[in-house]
Parts: sequence; C-alpha cells; structure tokens
Amino acid sequence: MGREGAVIAQLLPEFTKLHPDIEVRIQQLPWTAAHQKLLTAFAGEATPDLCRLGNTWIPEFVALKALEPLDRSLARSTAVQASDYFPGIWDTNIIGGTLYGVPWYIDTRLLFYRRDLLAQAGFAEPPRTWAEWSRMLAAIKALVGPERYGVLLPLNEFDTLLVLSIQQPEPLLRADGRYGNFRSAGFHRALGFYREIFQRQWAPPVDSTQISNVWNELGRGYFSFYISGPWNIGEFTRRLPPQQQDTWMTAPMPGPDGPGASIAGGASLVIFRRSRHKAEAWLLLEFLSSPQTQKRFYQLTGDLPPRRSTWRAPELAGNLYARAFREQLERVKPQPKVPEWERIVTDMRLMAERVVHGDLSVEEGARDLDREVDAVLQKRRWLLDRGRTP
Amino acid sequence: MRVGYAGWAFAAPALLIITVFFFVPVLSALIVSLTDFDLYALADIRNLRFVGLDNYRQLLHAPQFWRAVANTGYFVAVGVPLSLAASLASALLVNSRLAYFSAFFRTAFFAPVVTTLVAVAVVWRYLLHTRYGLINYALAHVGIHPIDWLGDPHWALPAIILFAVWKNFGYNMVIFMAALHSIPVDLYEAARLDGASRWQEFGRITLPMLRPTLLLVSILTVAGYFQLFAEPYVMTQGGPLQSTVSVLYFMYEEGFKWWNLGSASAVAFLLFLMILAVTALQVRLTRDAQAR
Amino acid sequence: MSVSGARVLLHALLLGAAAITLFPLLWMLSVSFMAGGEASAFPPPLLPAHGTLANYRQLFGQQNIGRYLTNSLSLAAMTTLLSLLLNSLAGYAFAKLRFRAREPLLRVLLAALVIPSQVAMLPLFLMMKWLGLVNTYAAVVVPAMAGIFGVFLVRQYALTIPDELLEAARIDGASELRIFTSIVLPALRPILVTLGVFTFLGSWNDFMWPLIVLTDQGLYTLPIALATLSREHVQDNELMMAGAVLTVLPVLALFLSLQRYYIRGILMGSVKG
Repeated sequence: MGREGAVIAQLLPEFTKLHPDIEVRIQQLPWTAAHQKLLTAFAGEATPDLCRLGNTWIPEFVALKALEPLDRSLARSTAVQASDYFPGIWDTNIIGGTLYGVPWYIDTRLLFYRRDLLAQAGFAEPPRTWAEWSRMLAAIKALVGPERYGVLLPLNEFDTLLVLSIQQPEPLLRADGRYGNFRSAGFHRALGFYREIFQRQWAPPVDSTQISNVWNELGRGYFSFYISGPWNIGEFTRRLPPQQQDTWMTAPMPGPDGPGASIAGGASLVIFRRSRHKAEAWLLLEFLSSPQTQKRFYQLTGDLPPRRSTWRAPELAGNLYARAFREQLERVKPQPKVPEWERIVTDMRLMAERVVHGDLSVEEGARDLDREVDAVLQKRRWLLDRGRTP
Repeated sequence: MRVGYAGWAFAAPALLIITVFFFVPVLSALIVSLTDFDLYALADIRNLRFVGLDNYRQLLHAPQFWRAVANTGYFVAVGVPLSLAASLASALLVNSRLAYFSAFFRTAFFAPVVTTLVAVAVVWRYLLHTRYGLINYALAHVGIHPIDWLGDPHWALPAIILFAVWKNFGYNMVIFMAALHSIPVDLYEAARLDGASRWQEFGRITLPMLRPTLLLVSILTVAGYFQLFAEPYVMTQGGPLQSTVSVLYFMYEEGFKWWNLGSASAVAFLLFLMILAVTALQVRLTRDAQAR
Repeated sequence: MSVSGARVLLHALLLGAAAITLFPLLWMLSVSFMAGGEASAFPPPLLPAHGTLANYRQLFGQQNIGRYLTNSLSLAAMTTLLSLLLNSLAGYAFAKLRFRAREPLLRVLLAALVIPSQVAMLPLFLMMKWLGLVNTYAAVVVPAMAGIFGVFLVRQYALTIPDELLEAARIDGASELRIFTSIVLPALRPILVTLGVFTFLGSWNDFMWPLIVLTDQGLYTLPIALATLSREHVQDNELMMAGAVLTVLPVLALFLSLQRYYIRGILMGSVKG
C-alpha cells in the first residue's frame, strides 16, 4: 500500500539473489480502501501469501482466522529477534498470547512545527505538557491573527483525539474489550481539551480535503503545529523550498502532566493462513526484517524501522527530524485489540466532530459513544461467553 | 409445439441470468436481513444467529439511519423539482419554433448525462473548493462571500443537489421534448385564434397534455434520486458531520466497511419500501388531481 | 414582445444555459493541461499558462492508466456483446413466440423494475464468493449479461416485426433459429444499436458493483481507478483532471456519434408508461 509497495520492487533483486527459485509478485492497494479491500479479498479467498497489514487491523484478521501463527517460525529463526524490537510495537502483534505478525515499520504521531513562528511568539522549546502547548497555541494565535491558526487537526482524522485519549491512565475499553470505557474521567479530559482547541480558534474546523496542500500551508504559516507521522519527514523535506528547511522541526507529543504517550502504530508483515507458500513467505519476511534491508527501506521511503539495532545506523542516528520519533517510540501504547476497533474509533471521531461543532456537550458525547460502543461489542460479548473468540 | 419450445429456449438464457443473479439475491437479501450476519459469521458460519426483525428494529431506533433518511429525503424533495424544472424549461427553450441550432443545444444540455459520474464529481469537487474554486470566485463578483460548499454541513447537500441537477437534467429534457412534439399543433393554433396569451397557452394546453409524461418522469427521477450514492462517496465521504450520508451510502458502509451484512440488507429493503411508498403516493396524488 | 425580440431573448437564455452546462467539462480539459499546483491559486486560472502534457504522461507512465482504459474497454465490450445476444433472444421470444406463462412472466419482470439493484448487491457478493468469482471479470460481466430493461426494450421493438414475414418463413420450413438470425436480427438492428450504446455506456460508467467486487488493482476499471486516485491524491488536482478527461472522452465521443440511437432508446424506454 502507498509508496512502500512501489519501493519493495527495488528491494527484491537482493532477495532473488539469495533465493533464485522463489518468484515474488507485488500487489498494490491504496491505503484508503485497503482495509475494505483486504476483507473483500478474504471473503473472495483471494488473499496474498505475505502481506503488509496495519497493526490495528491484526485483531480483525485474527478473529477471521485469516492469519497464520508465527511463534514456531520465530523460535527457529535467527534473523528475527523479538528482543531487538520496541516492546510497545512488538506487543501489537500478539493476540491472545500468540504472535501473528512481525513489525515491519513503525508509525506514531507527534508534532511537526514551525520553529521560527514559535520563536516569534516567544518560545524557544517545543511543549512538553498540555498546559505549555495551550500557552503556545494562544500566543501563536495572537501573533497570526484571525485568518490563520496555531494547529491543524483535520476533523476527518481520528488520530489526534486518539493520542490524547491514549495518554490517559484509564483504558479505552474495559473487561477485556467487552464494554466501552469512554465515561472515564480521562477520556472526558481528552475530549474536553480537544474541544477547547477548536473553541479557542487555535485550530480551523476543517477536513483534510479542504486543505488543498498541507505542506504548502505549513510553509505559508496557515498553521504552526501539525500532528502527523514519519512519512511526512520525507514529504516536508521534499516539498518545502530549501530556504525553508530549517524552519520546521519535530517534537514528541506533550502529555497531560509531562511528555506524553502516543499510538503504537505501524505495519506488520503477516502470512495468510490460506497461503500455499508459507515457508517461502517466511523467508521473504526474514529478508525484509533484516537490519540491512530495513536500513535500505528507510533510505528509500523514510519509514522508520521497528528494530533498535537499525536505529543505531548513522543515517538514522544523524537524522534530526527522526530523533523525536526515537524518543516517542519508548512511550507508545497499543490500541485495544478488538476486531471492532476500527468501527469504534470511527464512531469516536464522528462524535468528536459533533462535539466540536457544538451539537453535543462533552458529557453527552462521551455517554452517547459509550452506549454505541456497548452495542457494537454485543456480539463479541456473546462470542466471548461461549469461548469462541480470543 | 415447436414454436412453444423455441420460445422457452430463446428466453431461457436471459431468464436464467435474471433469476439467478437478481431474483435469488433479492430474496436472499430478505433472509439475510433476518440474521446478524457479520464479520464473525464470515469467518465461521456457526457464529450466525437468526434475529428476526431485530435488525429492522435497531435501524429504526438508530439516529444515524434516520439522518441518512432525512438527508436522502431532502435530496429528493429539493433535487427532483429543481431537476424537473430545469428539464422542462430547457425542453421548452430548445423546442421553440424560434430556435436556431437546436440540435447543438440539445447535445450540449445532454452531454453531462453520459459523462462518467466519478470523473465529473472530481471536477465539481474542485470547482466547489472554498478558496480556489471558480464557483466561489464567480459568486464573489456578485458580492457573495465564499461559501464552504463541501465543508459546511448546511451547504454540502445543496452542493450535491446542484451537481446532480446539472448532471441529469438533460435526460428528462429529451423525454419532455418528445412529449412536446406530440402535442397537436392545431391546439395551439386554435388557442391563438381565441386570443390566448403565451402563458395561457402554457397553462391550459402544454401542462395538461404533459401530465402523463410529468408523472412518469417524476416517478423515474424520484426513484433514481433515492439511490444517491456515488456523489457522496466521491465528493464528501458522507461528511461533513454526516450531512451527506444517503441511505445507500449508509448501507454501503454498514455492509462493506463494517461487514454487518444482516443490518445492511435490512437497510436495502427499507430503501425499497420507501421508494415503493413514495411512488404509490405520487400515483395516488396524480389520480386524485385528475379526478377533480 | 416582438418575434425578433423574443428570438434574441431565447438565444441569450440558450447560450447562457449551454455555457453553464458545458463549462465544467471545458474547464476540466483546460486544467488537465496545467502544471502541478497551478490550479491552486487565487484567482483561479481559466487557461494554462503554458500547456503541458506532464499530467497525461504521469498517468500513462506511473499510474498505469492505459491498463485501466483497456480494462474498461474490454469489460464494456464483453458485456455489451453478450447482453445484446441474450436480451435480443429473450425480447424476441416475449414479443413473437408463444410459450406458456409468457404474459405472467412479463408482468413479473416489469414489476421487478422498481426494485433497486443495490438490494441484490450484498447477497450477490456472497454468491460470487461461493462461486469463487470474486475479483474476476466474470463477477462483473455475468450478472449484467441480461437485464429486464434490455429484454423489454427489444420486445417493444420486436412487436413491430410483421407476423406475416415470420409465418412465411416457417411455412418455407425454416427453423426458429434460422428465422431469428436471418430475419429478426436484421430487423432489430436499430434497437440493437440503441441497446448496445446504452449497455456500453452503462458498463463503462458502472462504479458501485465493480468497486465492491474487484480487489485486484490490475483489474480496476477507469471510474474505480479515478475514484481511488482522487481519494489518495487529494492534492494533485491537475492529475485528477487529466484522469477525468480520459474517463469522459471515450463515452462522449461514442455518444456524439450515436446520439440518435441513444436518445431513441430513452424515449422507447419511457413510453412503457
């Protein structure tokens, strides 16, 4: 999916040299339709052998009994070492005690910001707490005026609210994923802060589709903070003019009372149970997981590797923008591992949109969401009670 | 009788296809709508439960479903009259005895109908852009502030209505033109001899003669507009704030995004019932008006 | 108002309306020749500063749009040919060949026209899964191989074939199949062209079902490719416009050359009442 698919073609010649008898065919899926397309492929029994899967989708595919458990292959392998991986990331691949995927690259969310605008507003360092961040947003807003903003938080993306919620001590679902936990004080705090950012006009109430070109707009100072992932390191480097390259920087997410957690996102390599070439798929998986290939992959895509050893390479260690990610990766938390999570997080985003718009108060929103989520999880409760699902 | 066998033999392939790939699925949809077929059931059919009318009950209590119904209803209630008015007006203009180059105009008005919806939706999405779109630019010249067409929950559906009317009005225009052609010219001549004005001609002759066509066209258009899907899918993904989620879009997400096939089938049937009810209403109203 | 005054007003209205109607299509063409990012400017440009074929080159090169073009073409052609065959056979049978239950069957078919096709979509998908046809062209072509509208259209037209012609051929000892191929098909030619144009356009523009049932990117048709491209490349408007032009141009050309038939089809379809 995305550019990674195109890049694999470049990595393959190495693999073919090592295993000349294995032929590899690549299939590309656009990100926005990938989730649905994969499920359709599963329904149509047209799944690939090896696949890159977003790690939040793993619970769903495990519930479908679509993925091959990898514990045995892992035990026999020398190339893949579990201890070398960031624990928060590795954990996202373990469902019910079994390993179903090997992390391929990591993804998380943190701040991209305009250093120069922040300095103009009177701040030399990026924020470490929500309170500091609020002060900075207010200062920047006062500086840029009514036509521009402090931060861009597209309303059609759930990432920001998810990060703010995950920074809270309370989990998002309770009782092993049987019920929602959105009535917790922590979620109220997160939702309240999210709403405040819009109420105070620090962020424009827009969708990502209404921002015609997000890189240009950050360059123009339409907003000064942006919450995004590793791929934008490369994009900003490429799309902003050279004279603007030292005006932007990355920083870890601020938390309620100190540096905060972020989501343990990323993609894993999984093998489909229906595959008839599982041994070969595992060989390709090992190849793609070796530190050398990972380093090359990073150079080609800018996607960050999940292995600590790869991070020691000079290309990565020396990358100024990647440093914030290295720090953030030690503070990542996985999302609840239930197959319905995609739906729950979409419902959360829709509710948040209405809260931001003023149609619902924070209490009403959280309560409505809890009720919806409890309904969505009803079948899971029924199956858990009968021991039919992990 | 040979002819009898031939009849069956010739009709059979088409009938087979229609039965297997249309009637059977429709009936199955009815059955699936009575179960909670979902992702778990897709994995293991033993996870399927028969739930009777629960899907329907849950839908009728779900605010998202009613929002989809309201959005679709709004689209139909505003879009159909607008579309019919545009079709009739353009038919009258092109059909006028005074018009030159009527073939060119007819083609021009019809062109949007044959274009691929996805392609022109992409074009319109850009024309409606708040800052860089030409529509706001043109409106600015008449002193109207830029409207956030696809980002403002109040304007997103009107924007889609505008687009749908543009795309479809040519289709009904052609039907109206044919109907206008079939009105006997002597009726108009007689009216003119009696001293009737242009408007009176329209009200006393044209409209009444067009009534059957109007009914037909409005039934077809209403049924078509109820099936709104591609425009929200391409232009707004149902947003902003769910203001452009139509019943079909809701069904699509329910069925192919969340894999609640049971619930989605129930939505499809409810849609069908809605179209049926509105069609029956239209026929009844027309019959009552004619009786008077 | 004098006649010439009325004429001026009439043509002013017509030209104005035509301009509004055609403008989006002309603008689409114009932007497709603009450089990347050029259209995202204020005030929005109407014509490219220097025309460039870069967008088209990128579409054919990187985005592989030639593949999708061929896919759409072959799918539409296959569907059209197969459905013309089946629909004409059945339409003729319903018009001229007496068989038991012919009239009740016809009534059922007509009544079924009110059922929206989307009701069938979900179980149809499951059916395709069980037949192993998901992600194949068969899944798109086979359900479209016959349709109630097509059968009906042919039937209406076939009713006008003189019975005497058919009877004479039967008396001469010709088989029903022979009669069909040598008398009926030629007589049906105009409506077949109409139905062919309709079917081709319908298949080319079809979006929802192929979107659901085709997962392999290599199998995508143009509308799906364009929709996917537009959701991924929200920023590259000039590229999108070029893709839109490529999707719209073939059908516009087809329509312009065969308008007469297409419009006749609409009228015949609406006469059923």
